[in-house]
Amino acid sequence: MQRIINWITQVYAVGVLNLRTLPRRFGSSAATIVGVAGVVTVFVAVLSIGEGFRATLQQTGSPSTALVIRTGSDTEMLSGITLMDSRVIQDAPGIARGGSGPVTSRELLVLVDVPKISTGTEANVPLRGVTPEAFAIRTNLHIIAGRNFEPGRNEIMVGAGAAREFAGLQVGSTKTWGKTNWTVVGIFTDGGSVSESEIWSDLTILQGAYNRGTLVSSVHARLSSPDEFDTFKGALVSNPRLNVKVLRETDYFSEQSIFLTKLVQNLGYLIAAMMGIGAVFGAINTMYSAVAARTREIATLRALGFGGGPVVISVIVESILLALAGGLIGGAIAYTAFNNFHTSTMNWQSFSQVAFAFRVTPMLLIQGFLYSVVIGLVGGLFPAVRAARTSVAAALREL
Amino acid sequence: MSPATISQSQESTAAAETAGALVRVRDVHKVYTRGSERIDVLQGVNLDVPRGDFVALMGPSGSGKTTLLNLLAGLDRPSGGTVQIGHDRIDKMGEGELARWRSHHVGFVFQLYNLLPTLTAERNVELPLLLTSLSANERKKHVSAVLTVVGLSDRGKHYPRQLSGGQEQRVAIARAIVADPTLLLCDEPTGDLDRKSEEEILDLLQALNREHGKTIIMVTHNAHAAARARRIVYLNKGQLQSEAIQ
Amino acid sequence: MKFLPLIWSNLRRKRVRTLFTLLSILVAFLMFGYLIAVSNAFNIGVQIAGVDRLVLTNKVSIILPLPISDLERIEQVPGVTDVAHADWFGGIYQDPKNFFAQIAADPERYLRLYPEFLLPEDQKKAWMADRTGAICGKYLADRFHWKIGDRIPIMAAWQKKDGTTSWEFNLDGIYTGATPTTDTTQFIFHYKYFDESRVNGHGEVGWYIIRIAHPDQAPQIADRIDAMFANSDYETKTSTEKAFMQGFAKQVGDIGAIITAILSVVFFIILLVAGNTMMQSVRERVTELAVLKTVGFSNGLILTLVLVESLMLAAMGGLLGLGLAWLLIRRGDPTGGALPIFVMPTGSLALGMVAILLLGLATGSLPALQAMRLRVVQSLRRA
Repeated sequence: MQRIINWITQVYAVGVLNLRTLPRRFGSSAATIVGVAGVVTVFVAVLSIGEGFRATLQQTGSPSTALVIRTGSDTEMLSGITLMDSRVIQDAPGIARGGSGPVTSRELLVLVDVPKISTGTEANVPLRGVTPEAFAIRTNLHIIAGRNFEPGRNEIMVGAGAAREFAGLQVGSTKTWGKTNWTVVGIFTDGGSVSESEIWSDLTILQGAYNRGTLVSSVHARLSSPDEFDTFKGALVSNPRLNVKVLRETDYFSEQSIFLTKLVQNLGYLIAAMMGIGAVFGAINTMYSAVAARTREIATLRALGFGGGPVVISVIVESILLALAGGLIGGAIAYTAFNNFHTSTMNWQSFSQVAFAFRVTPMLLIQGFLYSVVIGLVGGLFPAVRAARTSVAAALREL
Repeated sequence: MSPATISQSQESTAAAETAGALVRVRDVHKVYTRGSERIDVLQGVNLDVPRGDFVALMGPSGSGKTTLLNLLAGLDRPSGGTVQIGHDRIDKMGEGELARWRSHHVGFVFQLYNLLPTLTAERNVELPLLLTSLSANERKKHVSAVLTVVGLSDRGKHYPRQLSGGQEQRVAIARAIVADPTLLLCDEPTGDLDRKSEEEILDLLQALNREHGKTIIMVTHNAHAAARARRIVYLNKGQLQSEAIQ
Repeated sequence: MKFLPLIWSNLRRKRVRTLFTLLSILVAFLMFGYLIAVSNAFNIGVQIAGVDRLVLTNKVSIILPLPISDLERIEQVPGVTDVAHADWFGGIYQDPKNFFAQIAADPERYLRLYPEFLLPEDQKKAWMADRTGAICGKYLADRFHWKIGDRIPIMAAWQKKDGTTSWEFNLDGIYTGATPTTDTTQFIFHYKYFDESRVNGHGEVGWYIIRIAHPDQAPQIADRIDAMFANSDYETKTSTEKAFMQGFAKQVGDIGAIITAILSVVFFIILLVAGNTMMQSVRERVTELAVLKTVGFSNGLILTLVLVESLMLAAMGGLLGLGLAWLLIRRGDPTGGALPIFVMPTGSLALGMVAILLLGLATGSLPALQAMRLRVVQSLRRA
């Protein structure tokens, strides 16, 4: 017990000594802190792109909503379901019942060109033709400006994300695609989901404008409970006259983001790894000079009888503290600068734009801090060991 | 000192003038300002050093002897008066000129040797030659010649940390003379050495003076070292007080 | 230069410190080279676009088709030397994440328009003769371990007349690219088979590809074609292939800006680290520098020596880092499919050299100035 107390006293003494000499080594200490801060900022920022993208696409949909599209289609865009088939789908078991019958929505999805504000060039934005039933399915939908479009009219309602990222989508403006003119009458939010990157119009008008007849891209159905999914799916898939694929909305959208999320994560971790290695070298550098500056004190302590152990610990602790300081600063910068930073990009899988915001999650911040601790640990290890192992005589001679 | 020595010094000065003194210091002042304090380190110094002389500069600490040496080396500029070495008025030269001048005319030996620890003895000695247009081979020849003179031709490839204090100082002297400078200036060259090494260094300096005709000005506070010179000049409170001839 | 041993000896002074500074510079330039390749890969479509090729799509929406009957009229436009058409199949091979381009096209025409796709004669002949045959690029074949003769099943949204949506193709050939940046990720099969078998969309194509005689005539020819189809049911939008690709690249977002931002942070950090090292190194050598000045080294020379030292450090770390980046880039796409064409762009090496120069100067100037300005007398007095 006495030995342990002794040991702790030693560590404390060396630690205090280190702190006192810190001002002298301010330059290199500052360099370490800034370096680690930079690494953590980049790490968190890049990965927050993936998090934001995933959040948007996972916030879309509820497990009690099912999506029906044609077999072989990767996405709604390439799918086509006839009116007749839609009727069969609407009669399937497991669907919740509302005032006017089964809660289902037939929707048509096309792509239109709208200039992206950030680059000035045109981008593919989804235009979704819907019926009033669509609003029964999406319960998080709120109109935040203007009003909903009136059925039978060339009116469109714009998602908040789309309105933010693409030009000319304010309430009152007109858009012309092909031979059709559309007037923007309102802006809506939908709990931060993918729908906010879309423009909505009346289904029949859209079908007419794009020569679709009575065809739709998909049928959305609100199930009476999430457990009804298998019943619902079973009924449709086993029907020989139908050629459809049935998914839970949540599964559909997480599938849609796989490609891009994987891309961002791969690149993000690659970049973070490289930066981390660089940071470790920088940290080692700093700690070596920090140790060198204190050779005299360390040698004196050793000559007085302080063990090598406390020296090693104190150097490592200092290194970790510096790195952690950098990590905290880096995390703070990443959070203030990037959290909720709105932007949009193209999802190759659906061929259309998705508006999303960077998301700096607590998990990411924790990862960032851990990263900085590791950098501090590895950075301090070699110099610490070297400091402890240099013989006292050699150290004193260096003076 | 005694009136005899004073008049003797006047004689030697006169002799120097007629012989064409190498070093001519006239009424030199040097003032340092430290904050608001004004320190008159040198207050009207006159000194003549003929070619081939070996002068020891002595005086209590703070008397300005190192300052005077720095002025002679062109490392500093006087606040007043003139310093002429050979035909050059170094008090009037600009920094760039002085650097060039130093490379040709001055060899400096420090108390703490001041060898570059990352270079071998040979490379250290070679340094002044890098400022000339000599080829690598020619440089090598000069270096090895001079290392022989100081008696360290077998230590050329050693690093300073592998040499004793006396050996380091000999390398330093070799470095100081390798470019065949006009003046050899030494600032307490034996101040950090043990007795035996001190003797060796002083022997070397004397040999350089007597056999090779080098003009040496040496600052020291050690009477024993000063005794090896031809002439001792005393500085006190910024003024040359007296001279003694050996 | 004769001063090299002197400069080199300074770098060897604190070997460990020099080593780790070198390593951090190395990592910075590794990132530089690698991230430039990444940025380039995102925009590669733009660079490999044919100078003499135009792309025609439906003006209303890219997902709408064009009639195949337009082909004849397009061919007759003055300045047009060749026309091909293509359809985006968009099917699934085994798993949705095995995403790749599936194109239904007229084989003769398509290969004529893309001469950079190199297909051995015998494979080409086999393909022409095989109605359900297909060819694919080498990258794709390597990715899925396909061999000539394999039967490739693809599930598509296109329903066949027999009611199924599963299409099967024989792999008759594997094409390679004429340059390292040619797109070898495409899967191409017969339009005829596609059009005859599908239930919907007869006589429609996804887009046209046109070759023109003189690239600088592109705007006029584009206008002429679009004017030809204006006010019809299938209005066209014609643009150069480059502009078309650029449109997509821009849709992804400003990757270039993100990469630039990251690299700026990296370089800023490295500047601190290396600059700090140089400052320390000079500070430790004050007496030595004073001695050199005593010997007669001019201020300008001292300045130069320190700068050269700093440049040498930057150069060693930088060149090694760039070399390592090149090696890493050769291992190919780091994202497993998103960036199939992954090369070190020409000119990035030159850019890297400039960066090395700037880094060396930036980290060395302050210490060099300090070294130049130190006063000999005061510095020696410290001893």
